[in-house]
Amino acid sequence: MSDISKRKLKLKVSAIKEGTVIDHIPAPFLFKVIAILGLDKIKNQITFGTNLESVKLGSKAIIKVSDKFFRNDEINKIALIAPHANLNIIKNYEVVEKKIVEIPNEIKGIVKCINPQCITNHEKVTTCFKVVATNPISLKCKYCEKLTIGEQIRIQ
Amino acid sequence: MKKDLISITDYSKEEYLKIMRLAAEFEENPDQDLLGGQVVATLFFEPSTRTRLSFETAINRLGGKIIGIADPGSSSAAKGESLHDSIRMVSQYANLIVMRHPLDGAARYAAEVSPVPVINAGDGSNQHPTQTLLDMYSILKTQGTLDNLNIFMVGDLKYGRTVHSLLMAMSAFKNPIFNFISPAELQMPNEYKIYLREKNIRYFEHREFSDIISEADIIYMTRVQKERFSDPIEYEQVKNAYVLRNAMLEKTKPNLRILHPLPRVNEIHTDVDTNEKAYYFNQALNGVYTREAIIAHTMNLK
Repeated sequence: MSDISKRKLKLKVSAIKEGTVIDHIPAPFLFKVIAILGLDKIKNQITFGTNLESVKLGSKAIIKVSDKFFRNDEINKIALIAPHANLNIIKNYEVVEKKIVEIPNEIKGIVKCINPQCITNHEKVTTCFKVVATNPISLKCKYCEKLTIGEQIRIQ
Repeated sequence: MKKDLISITDYSKEEYLKIMRLAAEFEENPDQDLLGGQVVATLFFEPSTRTRLSFETAINRLGGKIIGIADPGSSSAAKGESLHDSIRMVSQYANLIVMRHPLDGAARYAAEVSPVPVINAGDGSNQHPTQTLLDMYSILKTQGTLDNLNIFMVGDLKYGRTVHSLLMAMSAFKNPIFNFISPAELQMPNEYKIYLREKNIRYFEHREFSDIISEADIIYMTRVQKERFSDPIEYEQVKNAYVLRNAMLEKTKPNLRILHPLPRVNEIHTDVDTNEKAYYFNQALNGVYTREAIIAHTMNLK
């Protein structure tokens, strides 16, 4: 690809007038993030790039959503899979605010309970966990009361 | 708001004490027509004759009527009905649901679905709070207090839900000391040790079931189950190392009482049965009074 077309592409992707840019998403979780935020169900213009080079993550993904501003409780849902994600809020082509995601106290849905004998793995029950520790992330199931910790965390 | 009893920690210390007080009242006077014909559903999605009979006796003594499932093989669940649907249906018929289920967390879920209160009679390996309250009542009755007790827990401390719940409940009282005696494979899980450390409660771990029991006020025995071991040879070695025999009780304190959630297999030798320190059979009867107390509290009848 020539330098000119590279620049063109870059321009095309980054040019959002109003909206939110979510950066530093681990590349393997891009589509999970899209699903968790419900971006596959809205009509807004969305562009994303994935497998981009990142010093911090190895390979990262980025999502740009026009005319969409997330509430903190919405965006914090992705904290489990994209703890280093940050948000740039764009108004009139300018970054007016930067945000980082924070792990919420309670996580509804999203995560699967590690316990195969848990009711949530046998019936259509929305999982619900209390975050009891953050390093490593330890989730206590509201139903079976067992802990799902760190690398055991599986996204539904 | 309805008062479900799903997990032992759903109750405050005040509620523990209220249940203890009510259980003593029901022991004095077990037949009280407080339910006045209200319908209680006893749903045993997993068979447990002992617990079911104890609950049904309690309900009968309170003047309630019983509908229920005793044999899960013939129930709608066997035909593939979801727990959600079973509870939706039954909660329209009954004023209270007592439920036993093989899956962890089933009771909490049932309580969410049901508009009438739910009492958990055991959900998988998770919780069995009415057992814990009857254990506490047995301790209170035999020791005269729930404070300053040295409690020994013996056997399977890893999977034994009764010991976990009892540990958490007794932690609400003054200066308990816990002694855990188990094989390494079945030791008390870390999360409970962390729980005790955070509350500055003293505990000690032992591998050998020896004369350290001379310090005990309560010995809580549990069954070491064969299916917990991946190596059958290990089970054979461990099985006989955690058996209580009458001769071991010689130097123990006079107030010591031995508890066991029953059924026992061989972990308490039958020669202990006639010792006045053996309390496990009386403990079972306390279950009826305690469950009367729990039902009366749940239904706002006392």
